[in-house]
Amino acid sequence: MTTPRSYLGQIQPGWWVLAAFLLVYPWFATNFFTYQIGGYTLILGMIALSLMVLAGYGGMVSLAQITVAGVAAYTLPIFGENSVGVLGLGWPEWVLYPFAILIAAVFSTLVGLISVRTEGIYTIMITLAIAVSFFFFARQNYALFNGFQGFSGVDAPSFWGIYWRDPMPFYYLCLACAAFFFCATVYGARSTFGLTLQAIRDNPRRMGALGYNVTAHRVYAFFLAGLIAGTAGVLLVLFNGRVSPGTIGVDIAIDILVIAVVGGLRHPIGPFLGALAFVLLENFAIDLIDRERFNTVIGMAFLLVVFFSPDGLIGLWQKAAAKMRRRDNHGAKPTVKSTGEETQADLA
Amino acid sequence: MHLKTVLGEISGYAIMLYAPIAGLGGHIANSYRIEVVRSLRQRPLLTALVLLLAVVLLWMIFAVWPEWLVDALGRKKTFVNTLLNGLTLAGLYFLVASGFTLVFGLMRNVNLAHGAMYLLGGYIGYEVAERTGSWILGAAVAFLALAIIGVVLQLVVFRRMQGDDLRQTLVTIGISIVAADLMLAVWSGTTYQFQPPDWLFGATELPIISAIRSSGDAVFLKYPTYRLAVLFIAIVVGVALWLFLNRTKLGMMVRAGVDDRSMLEATGVNVNLVFAMVFAIGAGLAGFAGVIGGTALSIAPGEDVRYLLASLVVVIVGGMGSVTGAAIGALLIGMAEQFGLAYFPTYGVVLTFLIMIGVLAFRPQGLMGQA
Repeated sequence: MTTPRSYLGQIQPGWWVLAAFLLVYPWFATNFFTYQIGGYTLILGMIALSLMVLAGYGGMVSLAQITVAGVAAYTLPIFGENSVGVLGLGWPEWVLYPFAILIAAVFSTLVGLISVRTEGIYTIMITLAIAVSFFFFARQNYALFNGFQGFSGVDAPSFWGIYWRDPMPFYYLCLACAAFFFCATVYGARSTFGLTLQAIRDNPRRMGALGYNVTAHRVYAFFLAGLIAGTAGVLLVLFNGRVSPGTIGVDIAIDILVIAVVGGLRHPIGPFLGALAFVLLENFAIDLIDRERFNTVIGMAFLLVVFFSPDGLIGLWQKAAAKMRRRDNHGAKPTVKSTGEETQADLA
Repeated sequence: MHLKTVLGEISGYAIMLYAPIAGLGGHIANSYRIEVVRSLRQRPLLTALVLLLAVVLLWMIFAVWPEWLVDALGRKKTFVNTLLNGLTLAGLYFLVASGFTLVFGLMRNVNLAHGAMYLLGGYIGYEVAERTGSWILGAAVAFLALAIIGVVLQLVVFRRMQGDDLRQTLVTIGISIVAADLMLAVWSGTTYQFQPPDWLFGATELPIISAIRSSGDAVFLKYPTYRLAVLFIAIVVGVALWLFLNRTKLGMMVRAGVDDRSMLEATGVNVNLVFAMVFAIGAGLAGFAGVIGGTALSIAPGEDVRYLLASLVVVIVGGMGSVTGAAIGALLIGMAEQFGLAYFPTYGVVLTFLIMIGVLAFRPQGLMGQA
């Protein structure tokens, strides 16, 4: 056990450097890099983070996270304003955004209630079925979701004299949300709830026997993940200005899984790393290969990661770091396969 | 080896071969009679309800509808056609999902590339059928090609990560992404339509009266022959699978493997061989279904996701790893989809979904799944 220190004191210097870099990034980056790369990476990273919370700490791989984000994204034009002429109840923004996030979280809770009834690998199947059903439903239903076209003309708010879809404000908005949820996840993972959830992941029967309500903990994890994904969904619709069934398609659901797995499911920074790699590939793979074959590249990258580095980019980083450390002090015991606890100690 | 055991083996095999031919019909009828009597005794209300529903359904199919029923449900032709569409779709879903459930039951591998296998089977079958002019050859080649691909996948990929269910599933996702994209590159986004063999072309008149003309002549219902053939093929495949699982030694191993993999291994069975075999059958069935479904409907990019969803829901509803469950699930989902389409179009998907939720709420392991 380490001696108790203040929270700020425990943070390794690398994180301060990263935070400083992210804060000054839009000052020297072009608008494209601030908005299309920076903003989009943070949004995708948040959705993947919600999956990481469920999969990494709860052992529940949910493919419905983009659907949860989509529920929030659809809530905005349905209850707010859109340019399509379907619905658009015109609620004020300060009610609308929290409401959208809450709706998404409730939806996520329902998904959780359905899927935690079964174990492990079944969760993937059920959440995938939910995601696909919702996609088809949104595409067929015109009364509520305006079918194939979806909604467009969703405008970003402007207050404090700032229009929030301008690249720099939008980037900071995303960064603030992402940083909040990142810190919340790091903190939550060490809270009583987070530790209980991880224990349930490792051995649900034992935790049940110890008197913990396994189902309730899992469902609550779905609720929390829903908050993250819902926030990302709101940002996503502000980012695009529109939402359609294509936003919540199966390919996107799988992209989110790819992002989370490629980044690594062991630490909340993983999804953001994965999202960065994904967005960079998406934008610049065109220079290397045919734009049409982007999915092949992504799929191959995903396969390679699953095959050779199950812990994703984080795993690669840790291996490299462990090698460096071994070179530094020969006598020291080399870190063998690290457990979740060590991972956090290493990275935090 | 003792002569006695050899003789026993031989006679066992002889009975095994003979039984399906001679006694099977009797067996099944007998066992079902017993089932009905037993369930009547155990759950009289439920059984009576099911029997009553069956009688009503039969009456609705064969009787000429009175006015009030037409007023309530629309024309009889729509109803019976929807019913038949549901049945044939169920047959197609069963073909796709039975392979999925077999693979899952034995290997705990949620093969999310199953939809891609269906689509690839369709494309391969189409190419072969176009080149040779033989639809049957196309279907056979699709089955074989996908079976081989299945074995290769099992040997090269899945065996390396045995016991790691999640990783296996993730790999299948990766494969399906790449496969879908490569298929798009080769066959582009065009929709392909098979030509069924001539003797399956056209429509068959069924002994079901759809309406009575004012002249008093009965109008008989016509239905596409090919779709009836789909139903027939699905039933044949279903019975064959049932025989394979329940009446052969390999099938016995598969069932034992579903129940307890490590115990089966401990008894000296080459589990890897069984796995490869089952994967071959599962993948082959998906490819075969691609040809069947491609002829009944069409093949195009995106179909892979549709049939993957169908397999998922069918297997979740029916119970993972159970072929009977896949049949029941396929029937429920196929019917729900077609009746939803005919009677309340935009909410068809929701109906399917509600069935899934309902089953999960009351029997999380699926209707025929083991607890």
